[in-house]
Amino acid sequence: MIMSSSPINILITDEPLDVTNCSQWVMAPESGGINVFIGTVRNATKGRTVLRLEFEAYQTMAMREMEKIAIAAFEQWPLQKVLIHHRTGVLQVGEIPVIIAVSAAHRDAAFTACRYIIDTLKQTVPIWKKEFFEDGEVWVAAHP
Amino acid sequence: MTITVLAFGVAKDIFNAPSIQLELVNDATVMSLKYTLEQQYPRLKQLSSYLIAINNEYALPEDYIHQRDEVAIIPPVSGG
Repeated sequence: MIMSSSPINILITDEPLDVTNCSQWVMAPESGGINVFIGTVRNATKGRTVLRLEFEAYQTMAMREMEKIAIAAFEQWPLQKVLIHHRTGVLQVGEIPVIIAVSAAHRDAAFTACRYIIDTLKQTVPIWKKEFFEDGEVWVAAHP
Repeated sequence: MTITVLAFGVAKDIFNAPSIQLELVNDATVMSLKYTLEQQYPRLKQLSSYLIAINNEYALPEDYIHQRDEVAIIPPVSGG
């Protein structure tokens, strides 16, 4: 969902994410800096080779939770624009499951807000990741 | 009342379905829903934790569930 008039851009899609589009979207004349976090699929977890990941989202609730995080970031730091895009489906090593992009007049706010957004997303947004190994598959964090 | 519980991630594997129908007393709480679920699907007790969402919001144990609510089981999230 691209909301050009809104300073918040939230998307969950099964299409590949576009880093260039995301960083361009948050650009504003008042901005002194843009901070972009790009999550990528790593080839191993705790020494085990990961072949691919699969992401599943509770779409409607995940969109709402992502929007809440963006609003909370605006309430805490002087920001211009916030973008949170998350991909679903099967992703291969090196592909991009998440992009956070933040613009602000000064870099401190952009860095801090970007960190806050990805950390909070990982804690509250109903999206699940399954890791596929050579000898099996597991939903991450499901079991102690 | 009969409610539908949506399942995601590992919960979908435990239910072996993306959603299930459950019979609850009228105005049951989230706590009693979890108890009923765990009676029917004991593997839920092996999870690190799980929450219930009502109408796309995280619910508290004492919250009430109504007939037409959208109820979902939220196992530990792992996005990003």
